Amino acid sequence: MNKCTERLYNGLVKENPTLVLMLGMCPTLAVTTSAFNGLGMGLSTTAVLVMSNLMISALRKIIPDKVRMPAFIVIVASFVTIVELLVKGFLPSLNESLGIYIPLIVVNCIILGRAEAYASKNPVLPSIFDGIGMGLGFTCSLTVIGLIRELIGAGTIFGAHVLPDGYEPFSIFVMAPGAFFVLAILTAVQNKLKLKSATNGDAPQATSTLACGGNCAECVGETCTKNRMMIEQKLDEAAAKKGDVKAVNKNAFPETAGDKTGSEGGNR
Amino acid sequence: MKEMLLLLVSTALVNNVVLSQFLGICPFLGVSKKTKTAVGMGSAVIFVVTVASAVASLIYNFILVPCELEYMKTIVFIAVIAALVQLVEMILKKFIPSLYKALGVYLPLITTNCCVLGVALLNVQNNYNFLESIVNGFGTSVGFCISIVLMSGIRERTENNDIPHVLKGSPILLITAGLMAIAFCGFAGLI
Repeated sequence: MNKCTERLYNGLVKENPTLVLMLGMCPTLAVTTSAFNGLGMGLSTTAVLVMSNLMISALRKIIPDKVRMPAFIVIVASFVTIVELLVKGFLPSLNESLGIYIPLIVVNCIILGRAEAYASKNPVLPSIFDGIGMGLGFTCSLTVIGLIRELIGAGTIFGAHVLPDGYEPFSIFVMAPGAFFVLAILTAVQNKLKLKSATNGDAPQATSTLACGGNCAECVGETCTKNRMMIEQKLDEAAAKKGDVKAVNKNAFPETAGDKTGSEGGNR
Repeated sequence: MKEMLLLLVSTALVNNVVLSQFLGICPFLGVSKKTKTAVGMGSAVIFVVTVASAVASLIYNFILVPCELEYMKTIVFIAVIAALVQLVEMILKKFIPSLYKALGVYLPLITTNCCVLGVALLNVQNNYNFLESIVNGFGTSVGFCISIVLMSGIRERTENNDIPHVLKGSPILLITAGLMAIAFCGFAGLI
Protein backbone atom coordinates (compact mmCIF):
# COMPACT_ATOMS: atom_id res chain seq x y z
CA MET A 1 0.00 0.00 0.00
CA ASN A 2 1.15 3.51 -0.82
CA LYS A 3 2.55 5.33 2.20
CA CYS A 4 0.09 8.20 1.98
CA THR A 5 -3.03 6.05 1.68
CA GLU A 6 -1.64 3.87 4.47
CA ARG A 7 -1.50 6.99 6.70
CA LEU A 8 -5.12 7.82 5.86
CA TYR A 9 -6.26 4.27 6.67
CA ASN A 10 -4.21 4.32 9.86
CA GLY A 11 -5.86 7.53 11.08
CA LEU A 12 -9.40 6.64 10.06
CA VAL A 13 -9.55 3.00 11.16
CA LYS A 14 -6.48 1.39 12.68
CA GLU A 15 -5.53 4.10 15.15
CA ASN A 16 -8.74 6.12 15.21
CA PRO A 17 -7.92 8.77 17.82
CA THR A 18 -11.28 8.79 19.58
CA LEU A 19 -12.54 5.23 19.39
CA VAL A 20 -9.27 3.26 19.47
CA LEU A 21 -6.72 5.47 21.22
CA MET A 22 -9.25 7.35 23.39
CA LEU A 23 -7.43 10.66 22.97
CA GLY A 24 -8.93 14.13 23.10
CA MET A 25 -11.82 13.16 25.34
CA CYS A 26 -12.73 16.69 26.41
CA PRO A 27 -13.95 18.02 23.04
CA THR A 28 -15.39 14.58 22.22
CA LEU A 29 -17.72 14.74 25.18
CA ALA A 30 -18.32 18.46 25.29
CA VAL A 31 -19.26 19.54 21.79
CA THR A 32 -21.13 16.51 20.46
CA THR A 33 -24.55 17.79 21.47
CA SER A 34 -25.48 17.79 17.77
CA ALA A 35 -24.02 16.27 14.62
CA PHE A 36 -23.29 19.70 13.16
CA ASN A 37 -21.28 20.78 16.22
CA GLY A 38 -19.32 17.53 16.10
CA LEU A 39 -18.59 18.03 12.41
CA GLY A 40 -17.52 21.64 12.96
CA MET A 41 -15.24 20.76 15.85
CA GLY A 42 -13.75 17.82 13.93
CA LEU A 43 -13.01 19.92 10.86
CA SER A 44 -11.46 22.76 12.89
CA THR A 45 -9.23 20.24 14.65
CA THR A 46 -8.33 18.64 11.30
CA ALA A 47 -7.30 22.01 9.88
CA VAL A 48 -5.05 22.70 12.88
CA LEU A 49 -3.66 19.16 12.82
CA VAL A 50 -2.73 19.25 9.13
CA MET A 51 -1.13 22.69 9.33
CA SER A 52 0.80 21.94 12.52
CA ASN A 53 1.99 18.56 11.20
CA LEU A 54 3.20 20.30 8.02
CA MET A 55 5.03 23.02 9.94
CA ILE A 56 6.56 20.73 12.58
CA SER A 57 7.66 18.22 9.98
CA ALA A 58 9.23 20.99 7.88
CA LEU A 59 11.05 22.38 10.92
CA ARG A 60 11.95 19.04 12.47
CA LYS A 61 15.68 19.41 11.75
CA ILE A 62 15.83 22.99 12.98
CA ILE A 63 14.02 22.68 16.31
CA PRO A 64 16.49 21.57 19.02
CA ASP A 65 15.41 18.43 20.82
CA LYS A 66 15.41 19.99 24.28
CA VAL A 67 12.91 22.74 23.51
CA ARG A 68 10.75 20.78 21.10
CA MET A 69 7.65 20.68 23.31
CA PRO A 70 7.44 24.46 23.89
CA ALA A 71 8.15 24.97 20.18
CA PHE A 72 5.37 22.56 19.19
CA ILE A 73 2.94 24.23 21.57
CA VAL A 74 3.66 27.68 20.14
CA ILE A 75 3.24 26.42 16.56
CA VAL A 76 -0.05 24.71 17.42
CA ALA A 77 -1.29 27.77 19.33
CA SER A 78 -0.62 30.02 16.33
CA PHE A 79 -2.64 27.82 14.01
CA VAL A 80 -5.43 27.55 16.57
CA THR A 81 -5.59 31.34 16.73
CA ILE A 82 -5.87 31.50 12.94
CA VAL A 83 -8.66 28.91 12.90
CA GLU A 84 -10.40 30.68 15.78
CA LEU A 85 -10.42 34.00 13.90
CA LEU A 86 -11.62 32.32 10.68
CA VAL A 87 -14.49 30.54 12.45
CA LYS A 88 -15.43 33.75 14.25
CA GLY A 89 -15.47 35.62 10.95
CA PHE A 90 -17.22 33.17 8.67
CA LEU A 91 -19.26 30.83 10.91
CA PRO A 92 -20.43 32.96 13.86
CA SER A 93 -23.16 30.45 14.81
CA LEU A 94 -20.64 27.62 15.09
CA ASN A 95 -18.35 29.88 17.11
CA GLU A 96 -21.26 30.55 19.45
CA SER A 97 -22.00 26.88 20.07
CA LEU A 98 -18.37 25.69 20.36
CA GLY A 99 -17.33 28.59 22.60
CA ILE A 100 -14.04 28.12 24.42
CA TYR A 101 -13.53 24.65 22.96
CA ILE A 102 -12.00 26.18 19.82
CA PRO A 103 -9.07 27.83 21.65
CA LEU A 104 -8.82 24.66 23.73
CA ILE A 105 -7.77 22.73 20.60
CA VAL A 106 -4.26 23.78 21.69
CA VAL A 107 -4.30 21.31 24.55
CA ASN A 108 -5.93 18.50 22.59
CA CYS A 109 -3.75 15.44 23.16
CA ILE A 110 -4.19 14.30 19.55
CA ILE A 111 -2.33 17.25 18.07
CA LEU A 112 0.70 17.17 20.36
CA GLY A 113 0.64 13.39 20.28
CA ARG A 114 0.89 13.30 16.48
CA ALA A 115 3.51 16.04 16.45
CA GLU A 116 5.64 14.07 18.88
CA ALA A 117 4.98 10.57 17.56
CA TYR A 118 4.94 11.18 13.81
CA ALA A 119 5.51 14.66 12.38
CA SER A 120 8.77 15.29 14.23
CA LYS A 121 10.31 12.14 12.73
CA ASN A 122 8.93 11.95 9.18
CA PRO A 123 9.06 13.94 5.93
CA VAL A 124 6.49 16.58 5.07
CA LEU A 125 4.16 14.73 2.69
CA PRO A 126 3.43 11.65 4.86
CA SER A 127 3.02 13.99 7.86
CA ILE A 128 0.36 15.97 6.01
CA PHE A 129 -1.49 12.75 5.16
CA ASP A 130 -1.08 11.58 8.75
CA GLY A 131 -2.74 14.83 9.84
CA ILE A 132 -5.56 14.41 7.33
CA GLY A 133 -6.14 10.77 8.34
CA MET A 134 -6.11 11.43 12.07
CA GLY A 135 -8.24 14.54 11.63
CA LEU A 136 -10.83 12.73 9.53
CA GLY A 137 -10.87 9.85 12.02
CA PHE A 138 -11.58 12.36 14.78
CA THR A 139 -14.20 14.16 12.66
CA CYS A 140 -16.02 10.92 11.78
CA SER A 141 -16.20 9.69 15.37
CA LEU A 142 -17.33 13.10 16.64
CA THR A 143 -20.02 13.29 13.97
CA VAL A 144 -21.24 9.77 14.77
CA ILE A 145 -21.43 10.49 18.52
CA GLY A 146 -23.16 13.80 17.71
CA LEU A 147 -25.64 12.01 15.44
CA ILE A 148 -26.55 9.47 18.12
CA ARG A 149 -26.96 12.11 20.82
CA GLU A 150 -28.97 14.41 18.56
CA LEU A 151 -31.22 11.60 17.33
CA ILE A 152 -32.06 10.24 20.78
CA GLY A 153 -31.95 13.56 22.62
CA ALA A 154 -33.82 15.79 20.21
CA GLY A 155 -35.22 13.51 17.50
CA THR A 156 -33.40 15.35 14.72
CA ILE A 157 -30.45 14.73 12.37
CA PHE A 158 -28.46 17.81 11.33
CA GLY A 159 -31.42 19.88 12.54
CA ALA A 160 -34.02 18.09 10.38
CA HIS A 161 -36.86 16.24 12.13
CA VAL A 162 -36.71 12.53 11.32
CA LEU A 163 -38.62 10.84 14.12
CA PRO A 164 -42.45 10.96 14.29
CA ASP A 165 -44.07 13.72 16.30
CA GLY A 166 -45.21 11.28 18.95
CA TYR A 167 -41.59 10.61 19.91
CA GLU A 168 -40.72 12.03 23.30
CA PRO A 169 -37.03 13.02 23.17
CA PHE A 170 -34.76 11.83 25.98
CA SER A 171 -33.36 15.27 26.63
CA ILE A 172 -30.77 13.82 29.02
CA PHE A 173 -28.81 12.66 26.00
CA VAL A 174 -28.08 16.20 24.85
CA MET A 175 -27.20 17.18 28.41
CA ALA A 176 -23.89 16.42 30.11
CA PRO A 177 -24.61 12.87 31.41
CA GLY A 178 -25.69 11.69 27.94
CA ALA A 179 -22.18 12.27 26.60
CA PHE A 180 -20.76 9.80 29.10
CA PHE A 181 -23.48 7.23 28.42
CA VAL A 182 -23.12 7.29 24.63
CA LEU A 183 -19.35 6.92 24.85
CA ALA A 184 -19.77 4.14 27.44
CA ILE A 185 -22.06 2.25 25.08
CA LEU A 186 -19.69 2.69 22.13
CA THR A 187 -16.71 1.39 24.13
CA ALA A 188 -18.81 -1.49 25.48
CA VAL A 189 -19.65 -2.47 21.89
CA GLN A 190 -15.94 -2.40 21.07
CA ASN A 191 -15.27 -4.65 24.05
CA LYS A 192 -18.06 -7.01 23.02
CA LEU A 193 -16.76 -7.33 19.46
CA LYS A 194 -13.21 -7.62 20.79
CA LEU A 195 -12.06 -4.74 18.60
CA LYS A 196 -8.73 -3.13 19.25
CA SER A 197 -9.19 -0.30 21.70
CA ALA A 198 -7.43 1.50 24.52
CA THR A 199 -10.24 0.25 26.76
CA ASN A 200 -9.14 -3.37 26.62
CA GLY A 201 -5.44 -2.68 26.34
CA ASP A 202 -5.17 -3.72 22.70
CA ALA A 203 -4.52 -0.28 21.28
CA PRO A 204 -1.25 0.13 19.42
CA GLN A 205 1.30 1.44 21.88
CA ALA A 206 2.85 4.86 21.54
CA THR A 207 6.25 4.62 19.90
CA SER A 208 8.11 7.32 21.74
CA THR A 209 9.73 6.16 24.98
CA LEU A 210 10.82 9.43 26.53
CA ALA A 211 7.54 11.25 26.03
CA CYS A 212 4.36 9.42 26.88
CA GLY A 213 2.94 9.76 23.36
CA GLY A 214 -0.18 11.38 24.69
CA ASN A 215 -1.77 8.31 26.20
CA CYS A 216 -3.81 10.17 28.79
CA ALA A 217 -6.14 7.30 29.61
CA GLU A 218 -3.37 5.14 30.98
CA CYS A 219 -1.44 7.96 32.60
CA VAL A 220 -1.09 8.15 36.36
CA GLY A 221 2.03 10.25 36.21
CA GLU A 222 4.27 7.21 36.00
CA THR A 223 5.81 8.23 32.69
CA CYS A 224 6.74 11.61 34.09
CA THR A 225 8.38 10.05 37.13
CA LYS A 226 10.15 7.48 35.01
CA ASN A 227 11.41 10.05 32.53
CA ARG A 228 12.57 12.27 35.33
CA MET A 229 14.42 9.44 37.04
CA MET A 230 15.99 8.48 33.73
CA ILE A 231 17.16 12.02 33.09
CA GLU A 232 18.43 12.49 36.62
CA GLN A 233 20.30 9.23 36.40
CA LYS A 234 21.90 10.27 33.13
CA LEU A 235 22.86 13.61 34.60
CA ASP A 236 24.29 11.89 37.66
CA GLU A 237 26.39 9.65 35.46
CA ALA A 238 27.58 12.65 33.48
CA ALA A 239 28.38 14.49 36.67
CA ALA A 240 30.22 11.49 38.11
CA LYS A 241 32.42 11.48 35.04
CA LYS A 242 33.24 15.14 35.36
CA GLY A 243 34.15 14.82 39.02
CA ASP A 244 32.62 15.25 42.41
CA VAL A 245 32.65 19.05 42.50
CA LYS A 246 30.12 19.27 39.70
CA ALA A 247 27.89 16.72 41.35
CA VAL A 248 27.64 18.85 44.50
CA ASN A 249 26.76 21.88 42.38
CA LYS A 250 24.04 19.90 40.66
CA ASN A 251 22.37 19.13 43.94
CA ALA A 252 22.36 22.78 44.92
CA PHE A 253 20.84 23.93 41.62
CA PRO A 254 18.16 21.67 40.16
CA GLU A 255 19.06 20.97 36.54
CA THR A 256 16.71 23.16 34.56
CA ALA A 257 17.26 21.90 31.06
CA GLY A 258 17.02 18.22 31.84
CA ASP A 259 14.06 18.71 34.13
CA LYS A 260 12.25 20.63 31.45
CA THR A 261 12.54 17.94 28.83
CA GLY A 262 11.37 15.30 31.24
CA SER A 263 8.39 17.13 32.53
CA GLU A 264 7.37 18.63 29.19
CA GLY A 265 7.63 15.25 27.62
CA GLY A 266 5.19 13.65 29.98
CA ASN A 267 2.62 16.29 30.52
CA ARG A 268 -0.03 15.47 28.03
CA MET B 1 -18.89 39.39 49.21
CA LYS B 2 -22.21 37.71 48.49
CA GLU B 3 -21.47 37.61 44.76
CA MET B 4 -18.09 36.01 45.45
CA LEU B 5 -19.71 33.28 47.54
CA LEU B 6 -22.30 32.65 44.85
CA LEU B 7 -19.58 32.48 42.22
CA LEU B 8 -17.65 30.01 44.35
CA VAL B 9 -20.63 27.69 44.83
CA SER B 10 -21.75 27.92 41.22
CA THR B 11 -18.30 27.09 39.83
CA ALA B 12 -17.53 24.35 42.32
CA LEU B 13 -20.87 22.52 42.31
CA VAL B 14 -23.45 23.75 39.81
CA ASN B 15 -21.20 24.18 36.77
CA ASN B 16 -18.77 21.49 37.84
CA VAL B 17 -15.76 21.71 35.59
CA VAL B 18 -15.49 17.98 34.87
CA LEU B 19 -19.05 16.77 34.98
CA SER B 20 -20.85 19.57 33.22
CA GLN B 21 -18.19 21.46 31.27
CA PHE B 22 -15.97 18.51 30.32
CA LEU B 23 -12.64 20.14 31.05
CA GLY B 24 -9.90 17.93 32.44
CA ILE B 25 -11.50 14.62 31.49
CA CYS B 26 -8.13 12.97 30.87
CA PRO B 27 -6.82 13.22 34.45
CA PHE B 28 -10.34 12.60 35.75
CA LEU B 29 -10.40 9.20 34.04
CA GLY B 30 -6.68 8.46 34.25
CA VAL B 31 -5.52 9.54 37.70
CA SER B 32 -8.58 8.41 39.64
CA LYS B 33 -7.49 4.82 40.30
CA LYS B 34 -6.57 5.45 43.95
CA THR B 35 -7.90 8.02 46.39
CA LYS B 36 -4.40 8.99 47.48
CA THR B 37 -3.22 9.94 44.00
CA ALA B 38 -6.56 11.60 43.29
CA VAL B 39 -6.16 13.83 46.34
CA GLY B 40 -2.62 14.71 45.24
CA MET B 41 -3.73 15.54 41.71
CA GLY B 42 -6.73 17.50 42.99
CA SER B 43 -4.68 19.65 45.33
CA ALA B 44 -2.03 20.27 42.68
CA VAL B 45 -4.78 21.43 40.33
CA ILE B 46 -6.26 23.75 42.99
CA PHE B 47 -2.83 25.27 43.52
CA VAL B 48 -1.92 25.72 39.85
CA VAL B 49 -5.32 26.86 38.56
CA THR B 50 -5.68 29.52 41.25
CA VAL B 51 -2.20 30.91 40.62
CA ALA B 52 -2.56 30.62 36.85
CA SER B 53 -5.91 32.41 36.70
CA ALA B 54 -4.50 35.26 38.81
CA VAL B 55 -1.43 35.62 36.58
CA ALA B 56 -3.40 35.24 33.36
CA SER B 57 -5.90 37.86 34.48
CA LEU B 58 -3.10 40.32 35.32
CA ILE B 59 -1.39 39.75 31.98
CA TYR B 60 -4.59 40.07 30.00
CA ASN B 61 -5.81 43.25 31.70
CA PHE B 62 -2.50 45.07 32.00
CA ILE B 63 -0.52 43.93 28.96
CA LEU B 64 -2.77 42.51 26.25
CA VAL B 65 -5.69 44.95 26.52
CA PRO B 66 -3.60 48.19 26.53
CA CYS B 67 -1.57 46.88 23.58
CA GLU B 68 -4.73 45.73 21.74
CA LEU B 69 -3.37 42.21 21.44
CA GLU B 70 -6.47 40.39 22.71
CA TYR B 71 -6.38 37.93 19.81
CA MET B 72 -3.00 36.67 21.05
CA LYS B 73 -4.53 35.40 24.29
CA THR B 74 -4.41 31.69 23.43
CA ILE B 75 -0.68 31.70 22.64
CA VAL B 76 0.20 33.98 25.55
CA PHE B 77 -1.85 32.01 28.08
CA ILE B 78 -0.48 28.61 27.13
CA ALA B 79 3.09 29.90 27.23
CA VAL B 80 2.52 31.64 30.56
CA ILE B 81 0.92 28.56 32.07
CA ALA B 82 3.74 26.29 30.92
CA ALA B 83 6.36 28.67 32.29
CA LEU B 84 4.41 29.15 35.50
CA VAL B 85 4.19 25.44 36.19
CA GLN B 86 7.95 25.10 35.74
CA LEU B 87 8.51 28.06 38.03
CA VAL B 88 6.15 26.78 40.70
CA GLU B 89 7.88 23.42 40.52
CA MET B 90 11.32 24.98 41.05
CA ILE B 91 10.15 27.22 43.88
CA LEU B 92 8.45 24.34 45.67
CA LYS B 93 11.49 22.12 45.23
CA LYS B 94 13.74 24.76 46.74
CA PHE B 95 11.61 26.20 49.54
CA ILE B 96 8.81 23.77 50.47
CA PRO B 97 10.24 20.29 49.81
CA SER B 98 7.44 18.56 51.72
CA LEU B 99 4.77 20.08 49.49
CA TYR B 100 6.93 19.33 46.45
CA LYS B 101 7.08 15.69 47.45
CA ALA B 102 3.30 15.53 47.73
CA LEU B 103 2.46 17.40 44.53
CA GLY B 104 5.65 17.12 42.48
CA VAL B 105 4.67 14.25 40.22
CA TYR B 106 1.42 15.88 39.23
CA LEU B 107 2.71 19.37 38.49
CA PRO B 108 4.15 18.74 35.01
CA LEU B 109 1.03 16.76 34.10
CA ILE B 110 -1.05 19.86 34.61
CA THR B 111 0.49 22.14 31.95
CA THR B 112 -1.66 20.83 29.17
CA ASN B 113 -4.61 19.94 31.36
CA CYS B 114 -7.39 21.73 29.55
CA CYS B 115 -9.00 23.02 32.73
CA VAL B 116 -6.10 25.42 33.45
CA LEU B 117 -6.27 27.08 30.03
CA GLY B 118 -10.06 26.74 30.03
CA VAL B 119 -10.44 28.69 33.27
CA ALA B 120 -8.08 31.43 32.07
CA LEU B 121 -10.10 31.77 28.86
CA LEU B 122 -13.44 31.67 30.67
CA ASN B 123 -12.28 34.49 32.96
CA VAL B 124 -11.58 36.61 29.91
CA GLN B 125 -14.80 35.62 28.18
CA ASN B 126 -16.91 36.55 31.20
CA ASN B 127 -15.02 39.82 31.77
CA TYR B 128 -14.09 38.90 35.33
CA ASN B 129 -11.88 41.33 37.20
CA PHE B 130 -8.76 40.25 39.08
CA LEU B 131 -10.52 39.17 42.27
CA GLU B 132 -13.37 37.41 40.48
CA SER B 133 -10.83 35.56 38.33
CA ILE B 134 -9.08 34.21 41.42
CA VAL B 135 -12.38 33.14 42.99
CA ASN B 136 -13.49 31.55 39.74
CA GLY B 137 -10.19 29.70 39.39
CA PHE B 138 -10.29 28.51 42.97
CA GLY B 139 -13.93 27.42 42.78
CA THR B 140 -13.44 25.59 39.51
CA SER B 141 -10.44 23.69 40.77
CA VAL B 142 -12.18 22.80 44.03
CA GLY B 143 -14.95 21.38 41.84
CA PHE B 144 -12.35 19.34 39.97
CA CYS B 145 -10.87 18.10 43.23
CA ILE B 146 -14.30 17.10 44.59
CA SER B 147 -15.24 15.14 41.50
CA ILE B 148 -11.91 13.35 41.07
CA VAL B 149 -11.81 12.32 44.76
CA LEU B 150 -15.42 11.08 44.63
CA MET B 151 -14.65 9.19 41.44
CA SER B 152 -11.59 7.51 42.94
CA GLY B 153 -13.61 6.47 46.00
CA ILE B 154 -16.22 4.85 43.81
CA ARG B 155 -13.56 3.18 41.68
CA GLU B 156 -11.82 1.69 44.70
CA ARG B 157 -15.10 0.16 45.78
CA THR B 158 -16.15 -1.19 42.40
CA GLU B 159 -12.70 -2.54 41.58
CA ASN B 160 -13.39 -6.10 42.72
CA ASN B 161 -17.10 -6.15 41.92
CA ASP B 162 -18.58 -8.65 39.53
CA ILE B 163 -19.04 -6.46 36.45
CA PRO B 164 -20.33 -7.89 33.16
CA HIS B 165 -17.36 -8.64 30.94
CA VAL B 166 -18.26 -6.14 28.20
CA LEU B 167 -18.50 -3.29 30.68
CA LYS B 168 -15.07 -3.84 32.25
CA GLY B 169 -12.58 -1.01 31.94
CA SER B 170 -13.68 2.27 30.40
CA PRO B 171 -17.41 1.57 29.88
CA ILE B 172 -18.18 1.17 33.59
CA LEU B 173 -15.99 4.17 34.31
CA LEU B 174 -17.93 6.32 31.86
CA ILE B 175 -21.28 5.08 33.16
CA THR B 176 -20.18 5.97 36.70
CA ALA B 177 -19.18 9.42 35.48
CA GLY B 178 -22.55 9.77 33.77
CA LEU B 179 -24.42 8.90 36.97
CA MET B 180 -22.28 11.37 38.89
CA ALA B 181 -23.11 14.00 36.27
CA ILE B 182 -26.83 13.35 36.80
CA ALA B 183 -26.32 13.76 40.54
CA PHE B 184 -24.48 17.03 40.00
CA CYS B 185 -27.37 18.24 37.80
CA GLY B 186 -29.32 18.27 41.06
CA PHE B 187 -27.17 21.17 42.27
CA ALA B 188 -28.74 23.34 39.57
CA GLY B 189 -31.56 24.22 41.97
CA LEU B 190 -29.07 25.49 44.54
CA ILE B 191 -28.77 29.00 43.13
